[in-house]
Amino acid sequence: MMCVFFRKIFFVSFIILFSPFAHSELSIEITKGVEAAVPLAVAPFGWQASIPAAPVNLSEIISSDLSRSGLFKTLSESDMLTQPKAGDTVNFRNWRALGQEYLLIGLIDEVMGQYEVKFQLFDVFKGSAILGYRLTVKKNELRKTAHHISDVVYEKLTGKKGVFSSRIAYITTSKVGSKKRKLYKLLVADADGFNPRPVASSWEPLMSPAWSPDGNEIAYVSFENKRSAIYIQRLADGNRRKVASFRGINGAPSFSPDGLKLALTLSKEGSPDIYILNLKDQKLIRMTKSYAIDTEPSWSPDGKTIVYTSNRGGKPQLYTVSSQGGRSSRLTFNGDYNARGQFSSDGRSIAMVHANRGDYRIAVMDLATQTVNVLTAGKNDESPSFSSNGDMVLYAAKKGSQSILSAVSTDGRMQQSFTFDSGDVREPAWSH
Amino acid sequence: MKINKIALTFLASTVILTGCTSTEEKDASLLDADLKTEKEVLVTSALNDASISGEQVLTQGLTADELSASDENILSQLGSEFSDPANPLSNQTILFKHDSSQIEQAFVSIVAAHAQYLLSHPQQRVMLEGHTDEQGSREYNIALGEQRAKSVYRMMKVQGVSSQQLEVVSLGEEKPASEGMGESFWTLNRRVEIVYQVK
Repeated sequence: MMCVFFRKIFFVSFIILFSPFAHSELSIEITKGVEAAVPLAVAPFGWQASIPAAPVNLSEIISSDLSRSGLFKTLSESDMLTQPKAGDTVNFRNWRALGQEYLLIGLIDEVMGQYEVKFQLFDVFKGSAILGYRLTVKKNELRKTAHHISDVVYEKLTGKKGVFSSRIAYITTSKVGSKKRKLYKLLVADADGFNPRPVASSWEPLMSPAWSPDGNEIAYVSFENKRSAIYIQRLADGNRRKVASFRGINGAPSFSPDGLKLALTLSKEGSPDIYILNLKDQKLIRMTKSYAIDTEPSWSPDGKTIVYTSNRGGKPQLYTVSSQGGRSSRLTFNGDYNARGQFSSDGRSIAMVHANRGDYRIAVMDLATQTVNVLTAGKNDESPSFSSNGDMVLYAAKKGSQSILSAVSTDGRMQQSFTFDSGDVREPAWSH
Repeated sequence: MKINKIALTFLASTVILTGCTSTEEKDASLLDADLKTEKEVLVTSALNDASISGEQVLTQGLTADELSASDENILSQLGSEFSDPANPLSNQTILFKHDSSQIEQAFVSIVAAHAQYLLSHPQQRVMLEGHTDEQGSREYNIALGEQRAKSVYRMMKVQGVSSQQLEVVSLGEEKPASEGMGESFWTLNRRVEIVYQVK
């Protein structure tokens, strides 16, 4: 189906700037793309509703989503010879002449106070439709609908689930007031960086956001009382509960895949150790007992294993332990710094911060072969977070002295960066 | 996002038409007709994921400027020895080597001077704030910062300071003393700050 996908690497540099919003503006730049990205045209969707123009430009969103994946090269509207809204008006010869392999068209109708969105995907060479849907959505859900359409198209053409409907949580800092005091914020945005919404803001550090598996809650560390504490906050209404505020470190929260437990780091007994907190009965189980640093726990997707960072061997390395307890075993031997491991959703690989005499980079380790692939080339890359389909890793990087978010495909061939107009952005966490 | 996934799977399983090859363009029109006979596919449930409202604003009370002023040291109230550059008490920052929590020889006398002061002022409390440079992962740095603060804590305890007077906190790389990339900045950020508390 997608015959000419990954061949060589080339560099594209187009920037998608989003309109200013209530919060910092985020722009996404594809810094490294895949040659032979598949040409695909998204014709402007037709509009048949009482108000004169669509409040959201669906075709533009879908087009940016698909090109941002690095796998598709979308046709600009101005290059289109026609802009069909219905299947019977498509002239495939026009699209073939433009070198397009696929064409997406759509029509939006207003039906009983809601929008009905119809769309069809065509194989231009065969001159036939390969996908068609009719969706009925609430009026304020057009942007989400566009991301869902991107997901459906992406899955149809690549065989992999799209992640365009997912969200990212991240921490920003900006300096405010005449004394340039730092303001820490925890935000959640759509996967395209649009629509950032504040979750928490504080004069003291906010850290380590972690999604609950259902995407309804975020656990994070806050120093609002000058000491660390872990909170779990419901996104729908902003209500939160304090789940850990022991003496010493309360850090690195990570939800179990069933959402019933939280792995975390506490130093109440001395050195930092890994614990599991049962969120139902608040029972706390200590998983590690060493004089060294043990931190940054993360669950395997089957919930059976926890990977964590320990410097018990002298340098930070990754170790695994059964979530039922027992002895730990060392996982990484390659490089003098391997930390903050995170399992991919298929459980087959682990993303980590990796360094060998110097620069800190994002690497992915294949668990079956123990091969470590370094994906990035920064000096201080950190906080890797897998997309739920395992295709991409989102991480924090430095651009000069500014902290930015970046994403890289797990095969290393595609890279994009997210840049805010001001302040530092870091610690990205991709929702499941 | 579980609901989303389920709904997407549902969507994917209800694809209306697939791959019926045609040679003529006009066949595409058939699709539209078929679309209309198909039952509506609702994604409302899929789109109903947690909307986000309600922010925890933890900044009430003080504006940025007022806060900065309130942070201003209580050292001036404590005594002139804290402002005399010849006195080791004027230095409240202990610096560390990369990925190390060992107190360097050069700073032993500074820790000792603060310990002596605390011994002679048993009502005085200090916060030992551990910090790191920005290299490496953030939670590991929280742990490293705590180890540094605990090194200072132990040295002060050995000299007889009561644990009631000492509190350890680590801020990792979250509050650098100097912001920038490179060793000249990092060397100033790998530190423990001895922060005198208001009595």
